[in-house]
Amino acid sequence: MNLKALFAASATAALLLATSASAAELTVGFSQIGSESGWRAAETSVSKSEAAKRKVNLKIADAQQKQENQIKAIRSFIAQGVDAIFLAPVVASGWDAVLKEAKEAKIPVVLLDRDIDPAGKDLYLTAVTSDSVHEGEVAGEWLAKTVGGKACNVVELQGTVGASVATNRKKGFDAVVAKNANLKVVRSQTGEFTRAKGKEVMESFIKAENGGKSICAVYAHNDDMMVGAIQAMKEAGLKPGKDVLTVSIDAVPDIFKAIAAGEANATVELTPNMAGPALDAIIAYKEKGTVPPKWIQTESKLYTAADEPQKVYDSKKGLGY
Amino acid sequence: MTLRIPRRGLAQAFALIVILMIDRAVSPQFFNLHLQDGRLFGSVIDVLNRGTPVALLSLGMVLVIATGGIDLSVGAVMAIAGATAASLADTHSLPVVIASALAVGLACGLWNGILVAVLRIQPIVATLILMVAGRGIAQLITEGRIVTFTSPDLVWMGNGAVFGLPTPVAIAIGMLLLTAAVVRGTALGLLIEATGGNARASELSGVGTRAMILSVYIWCGICAALAGVIAAADIMGADANNAGLWLELDAILAVVVGGTSLFGGRFSLVLAVAGALIIQSMNTGILLSGYPPELNLLVKAVVVLAVLLAQSPRLGDIQRFTARWRRTKP
Repeated sequence: MNLKALFAASATAALLLATSASAAELTVGFSQIGSESGWRAAETSVSKSEAAKRKVNLKIADAQQKQENQIKAIRSFIAQGVDAIFLAPVVASGWDAVLKEAKEAKIPVVLLDRDIDPAGKDLYLTAVTSDSVHEGEVAGEWLAKTVGGKACNVVELQGTVGASVATNRKKGFDAVVAKNANLKVVRSQTGEFTRAKGKEVMESFIKAENGGKSICAVYAHNDDMMVGAIQAMKEAGLKPGKDVLTVSIDAVPDIFKAIAAGEANATVELTPNMAGPALDAIIAYKEKGTVPPKWIQTESKLYTAADEPQKVYDSKKGLGY
Repeated sequence: MTLRIPRRGLAQAFALIVILMIDRAVSPQFFNLHLQDGRLFGSVIDVLNRGTPVALLSLGMVLVIATGGIDLSVGAVMAIAGATAASLADTHSLPVVIASALAVGLACGLWNGILVAVLRIQPIVATLILMVAGRGIAQLITEGRIVTFTSPDLVWMGNGAVFGLPTPVAIAIGMLLLTAAVVRGTALGLLIEATGGNARASELSGVGTRAMILSVYIWCGICAALAGVIAAADIMGADANNAGLWLELDAILAVVVGGTSLFGGRFSLVLAVAGALIIQSMNTGILLSGYPPELNLLVKAVVVLAVLLAQSPRLGDIQRFTARWRRTKP
C-alpha cells in the first residue's frame, strides 16, 4: 500500500472525528480502575451501554489497578479537551494535583463507585457511589419484615476482616437487629468474600447450631459466600430458602439462579450502573447549568423471588460478572 | 520407616490430640457422626475434608523441601488446574477433564523443575515466577469470572462419597499411599533425601540429582493440580482470584509442623499430612468456637508457635536431644 493512500485515509478519518466532536454530543473520558472483579467488568460494560443510550462519546482508559496510570489518563483527557471526566479512584489520596489541573481547564470531574479524601471535596463536581451501610439496612429490614414478630436466630458471613465494605454492611444490618428484639445474630465469622470460605464457615455454623435446626436465617456480606453457604446447607440435608432464609448483597447473576430455584430468598443490588446517574448529572450541568448534589447515592434495590429472577439472571449474565 | 514414625511423630501426635480435645471442649458435638445422603457427616469429617487440599499440597511440597527446595507456585497451579477442569467439565468426560488438569499441573511442575534443576535458579525465586504469573494465567482461562459447571461427575469429585468418606478424603488417602509406595517402597525416598542432604556428594556417588529434583517438582505440580480440581469441584466453579490463595504458605507450614526441616535431607509423608490435619483442626475449631473473626489469625499463630516449640530439640526431652546429638557426631 502506498504512503499517499495511507495519508489520505488517515486525514479523512481525522476529519470525520473532528466533525463528530463538533456536533452537540458530549465527549466524556472515563478512567476505570481495571478488571479487578466481575462487578468491575460489569460496570465497564454498563457504562458503555449507558453512554450509547444518551449518545455520549465515552472514552474508557483502563488503569490496570495503578494510580499513576489513572493520573496519566486524566492528563491526556485534559489535553484532548473532553467535556467531562469520570474517575473510579483506585486509592483515596494523591489526587489533588491532577484534579486541580482539570479544574483549571474547567473540566468537571465525577467520581464513580469510590470516594476520595475529604480534603479534595471542592475538586470534583459530584460523587456517584452506593452506601454500603444502607445496603446492610435494606437486607436487615427485609429479614425483619419477612419473619414478622417471630424469634429468629441469624448467622452472619462477614466479608474480609478490615475491609470497609464488610464493616459497613455489618453496621447497617446490626442497626436493624438492634431495633428488632426478635432478631439475634448468634454467630458471625468471616468468609472472606469467597465461595469456598463461605461454604466452609457455613458447615461449621450448621454443626455448632444443632445441625442447623436452630438457624432461622443466613446473612452474607456478598452473594458469592451465600452461594457457598447454600451448598453447605444442601449437603447437610437442609432446605435453603425454606428451612433457612437467606439474604445477601451484590446481586451477581448466580444468586438469581438460586433465587429462581427457590434456594435463596433475597439479594440487595450493588448496581454496576454508576455511569447512568453520572451522565445525567453531567448533561444537566452542561445544558442547563444545574449543579448536582455533592453525593448521588445509587439505589440499593432489593430483589426477591417476586422480581422474575430468571429474567434478571438472563439480563445480567452477559455483563461480564 | 514405620518404626521411625512413632518416635519422630510424638510431638505432632500430641499436638493433634490436644487440639482435637480443645475442639471437643469448645463444641461438645465435635465427635458426633451420622450418615447424610450416604456420606458421613460431622465436624471430624469437616476437618478431613477441608484439610484435603493442603494435605495434597503438602505431599508434593514435602518431597520438594526434602531436596532442599521450595515450591511457592502450588496455590497458583491449583487455580490454573481448577480453571482448566471447570471450563472443560460440561463438554468433556471426567477422565478427559482430570487428565487435562493433571497435564497442566505436570507442565507447571516441569517448568519449575527445569528452572531449578537445569538452569540452577534458586527455588524460591524460580517458583515465585509461576506463583505470580500462574494466577494471571488462571484469570485468562476464566476471563476473570467464576466459571461454574453442572457436570455431576466432576461435582462428585468434591461432594461425592466413597464408602461413606467424602471423595476428596478418599483421594487424599489414595495419594498418600501411592506416594509412600513409590518413594518409600523403593530407594527413591533415600535418593531424594541424599540430594537434599548433600547434592554434590550424592552426584559424585552416582545419584542423578538433576532427575531427582526435576521429578519432585513435577510430582508437586501434579498434587497441586489434583488439589485444584477438588477445590473447584467443591464449590462447583473455578474462582481464579481466590482458589488456592496463600495455600502455598499453609502447605509449607504443614510440612514444617510435620517436623521436616527446610534445609532438606529428610522427610516424612505421614507427618506432613498430620501437619495439614493439625492446621485444619485448628481452623475448624476456631470456626466452631464462635470467637470474633479478628482473633482467627492470632489463635493460629499461637498454636503454630506452640507446636514448633514442642518440636524444638532444645525444649524437647533430654533423650531426644542426646539421640540427635549422637547422630550428628562423626
